[in-house]
Amino acid sequence: MSLIEEIDYGTPRSKSETMVTLTIDGNEVTVPEGTSIMRAAMDAGHQIPKLCATDMVDAFGSCRLCVVEIEGRAGTPASCTTPVMNGLVVHTQSERLKKLRKGVMELYISDHPLDCLTCGANGDCELQDMAGAVGLRDVRYGYEGENHVFAKSHGEINAAWMPKDESNPYFTYDPSKCIVCSRCVRACEEVQGTFALTISGRGFDSRVSPGMSESFLGSECVSCGACVQACPTATLTEKSVIEIGQPEHSVVTTCAYCGVGCTFKAEMRGEEVVRMVPYKDGKANRGHSCVKGRFAWGYTNHKERILNPMIRERIEDPWREVSWDEAFSFAAARMRGIQKKYGRDAIGGITSSRCTNEETYLVQKLIRAGFGNNNVDTCARVCHSPTGYGLSVTFGTSAGTQDFDSVENTDVAMIIGANPASAHPVFASRLKKRLRQGAKLIVVDPRRTEMVESPHVKALHLPLLPGTNVAVVTALAHVIVTEGLVNEAFVRERCDWSEFEEWAAFVAQPKHSPEATAILTGVDPQTLREAARVYATGGNGAIYYGLGVTEHSQGSTTVIAIANLAMATGNIGRPGVGVNPLRGQNNVQGSCDMGSFPHELPGYRHIAGDAVREQFEAMWDVKLNPEPGLRIPNMFDAAIEGTFMGLYVQGEDILQSDPNTKHVVAALSAMECVIVHDLFLNETANYAHVFLPGSSFLEKDGTFTNAERRIQRVRKVMSPKNGMADWEVTIALAKAMGFEMNYRHPSEIMDEIAALTPTFAGVSYAKLEELGSVQWPCNEKAPEGTPVMHIDGFVRGKGKFIVTEYVATDERTGPRFPLLLTTGRILSQYNVGAQTRRTENVVWHAEDRLEIHPHDAELRGVRDGDWVRLQSRAGETTLRAEITDRVSPGVVYTTFHHPDTQANVITTDYSDWATNCPEYKVTAVQISPSNGPSDWQKSYDEQARHSRRIAPAEAAE
Amino acid sequence: MSSPADRLVYMANQIGTFFRSQGHDKAVPGIADHIKKFWDPRMKRAIFAHLDAGGTGLEPNVLEALTSLRQTTSLPAAH
Repeated sequence: MSLIEEIDYGTPRSKSETMVTLTIDGNEVTVPEGTSIMRAAMDAGHQIPKLCATDMVDAFGSCRLCVVEIEGRAGTPASCTTPVMNGLVVHTQSERLKKLRKGVMELYISDHPLDCLTCGANGDCELQDMAGAVGLRDVRYGYEGENHVFAKSHGEINAAWMPKDESNPYFTYDPSKCIVCSRCVRACEEVQGTFALTISGRGFDSRVSPGMSESFLGSECVSCGACVQACPTATLTEKSVIEIGQPEHSVVTTCAYCGVGCTFKAEMRGEEVVRMVPYKDGKANRGHSCVKGRFAWGYTNHKERILNPMIRERIEDPWREVSWDEAFSFAAARMRGIQKKYGRDAIGGITSSRCTNEETYLVQKLIRAGFGNNNVDTCARVCHSPTGYGLSVTFGTSAGTQDFDSVENTDVAMIIGANPASAHPVFASRLKKRLRQGAKLIVVDPRRTEMVESPHVKALHLPLLPGTNVAVVTALAHVIVTEGLVNEAFVRERCDWSEFEEWAAFVAQPKHSPEATAILTGVDPQTLREAARVYATGGNGAIYYGLGVTEHSQGSTTVIAIANLAMATGNIGRPGVGVNPLRGQNNVQGSCDMGSFPHELPGYRHIAGDAVREQFEAMWDVKLNPEPGLRIPNMFDAAIEGTFMGLYVQGEDILQSDPNTKHVVAALSAMECVIVHDLFLNETANYAHVFLPGSSFLEKDGTFTNAERRIQRVRKVMSPKNGMADWEVTIALAKAMGFEMNYRHPSEIMDEIAALTPTFAGVSYAKLEELGSVQWPCNEKAPEGTPVMHIDGFVRGKGKFIVTEYVATDERTGPRFPLLLTTGRILSQYNVGAQTRRTENVVWHAEDRLEIHPHDAELRGVRDGDWVRLQSRAGETTLRAEITDRVSPGVVYTTFHHPDTQANVITTDYSDWATNCPEYKVTAVQISPSNGPSDWQKSYDEQARHSRRIAPAEAAE
Repeated sequence: MSSPADRLVYMANQIGTFFRSQGHDKAVPGIADHIKKFWDPRMKRAIFAHLDAGGTGLEPNVLEALTSLRQTTSLPAAH
């Protein structure tokens, strides 16, 4: 194994299909039109010296190191900014060029420190490489002149010198090493789209400046790492590299944070991670990253990680560390005991959307075949289960229709109930790049999100009242139908025409018009009409949506309404269009694909289907139960009722993430055996009897499937710190319960999945090795996978239009609870925060805040930063207020990343009609000033601290 | 939504509300099919028991759907 070196071609790839042939250093080279001479030379294996060019950003032509000679042209043009032409004859090396380059390097080095031996970039410095490449042996100017290098010169303070900026927790900015190539500034603009950096001053005064000469931490910088990656010197360097040194080998793997599924190189020294660097060949991220994947992996060796199995008789007892064997036999005896006492259906499990496909598959197999029931569910229940239902009934598959590359062909992007800039940042950057090229943006969201406020982006914002999605999307359909904007040819060819007619007549009713529904939705009818026209007629229209769509009592209805909209406008079945759910966790798509839902086997096939069930029965050598099992909320109800008493939870913190915490506490407390399999003693573990330590994504092999159905390898870079990978733990637990599963490697699990699941038939580790990744369906018909779905027709046959009547949620505002609370995420934190709270990311978001409009705040005497009491019909909590007009009057907003906030004490039992996905996004609340934590928070905290005690070793017998 | 039966009635009616706009003839089989596909046996048993006890609170379409579903369903006995 060695360090994977990616070739830097100097300028981006041209997409042109017209080819051009030229001669470089005597070799004929054929490249696409629009390619730079620099890139063409690199294609031919000739590296022209360069400093300001790198292929992640457009050519800039400032360093003048990449000069070449072209026969018949005067002067020495920069090869990065000069495009190829047929018949050009280029020379990259000549006496004149050598002299020019040496002169340029001499000037650079005359204002650069010579501490190469002790420099953080030693071994990975392009400036050093170029000095070597041009044969620089002497600097005639000396180092005593005006410079940026020394704090003092000639005994006096040097005003041009600036100290290091170490404010960012993950990287340093050392201005004394800067050569002002502006690669960082351009990466921030072109790749990330944040525009946090600029070059201030002119000439010798030019400096890289975060914001208005602020610190990196104090500026708009989102710490994505693109600038650090772009920097050719030690000016911007990862602190981990400065501390540890250069990596010696690297392994390509997949990020374990959100559903974008970025590919990274884990750069290692032995079993220690030095840094995570986004991989250019990663098809989801194309070489970009965000603060979480790039930097926030420190949780994997956080001191709070539990590495030994633990058990206890009662949840009031302290934990007792035991051997793996003892933990497994204790857990098995309890679970089997419960089944004996309460019946076979009295236990179940929850698979993890953070674990691999193979691990998820094993957990559902253990439950269906080992437990003998179908009480398996996954956290997708509380996020994207309506997507599964809605897209399956309309299109025939429970997944998004596009790949992320599709956005490069999008002309109109409509984002509904999602904030990709915070929750799916790398996709957001790719979208913003397209928007800066002229694509239009429509945002349907109660808040003015970061997407709406992106620099150089003008969005049509429809700030609806939480809970009125169906009314808004149906009103969009009303405009499209009544203004004659339907793509009739598409509908006639691809969809059921009579169902369409029925739907069209329904949405055309005057009561669905933007004007009639404005009173419910709060959306300006004119803006809504404009949005509908833009989406229907603006070219390739793509819808991206998130949990703001699904987590409602009408979540499934909204997904159906979105599918209707895409079908009616013909925006399905080619690059640039589609319906794209943005998945929350790294493997939500995968955990759903793997049969984590109680009613369906892997590949979304209902458990009641005899043919499919018999296939699994034959492979697993066991009789399966044909009745669907309990969904998570049903499990809680059944626990309180006394019929569901044992639960195995892998990698999921249901107590913090599920709604109505008090209800969850009651359910967990009622159970006789709760097995938590996780990295940390999470909130759920406070009510657990068995704790099985988990392994991080760095410690195991497997695959994750991202939001674009892309199956990607997760590769082990270090031994499991707890001794066993999660799939091995599940196998051992199954064995203790008398159910044998024999696999030597996760690849064998994938082979079984492929054998049983038609959409995965062509998937194997060998194919993933060969292609890097593959998007399902991957089978005989599509051996290399399927980037865009429904190209020649819908998977279900004809696309199905279904009428979507708006029904107000039963969660109503009233005199006691006049405000609507909705929830969301912030960039630096992830989900319940179990990982990100255990990293330096807390500098950006140390606590959850309640966003409240100035009018509502003033009415209640709340000032910015005040503690407020947040009260709903379900419960109350306290947190601090942030006064902002991002939210409309009547709407308040918070995140749920911190357990002490207890945002889910507030949320209610209401759920989606079809899938029981909880209605997180609408809760009627009241807000009042407060002095500090509520009684519930205090007693919860006390219970949690009590429950997390681990008995000292000598107390164990 | 205090008692388990109340909760199931609420959920069943929610399903009924979605199908209402498709008209009675599509709604009744739609509701029955949804409950058949997604409810676990103990939930089905409980709602059928509630149906036997008069089916208080169930919307007409839902009541009809459950009545027809019960005729075609044979559930494993409770343990």
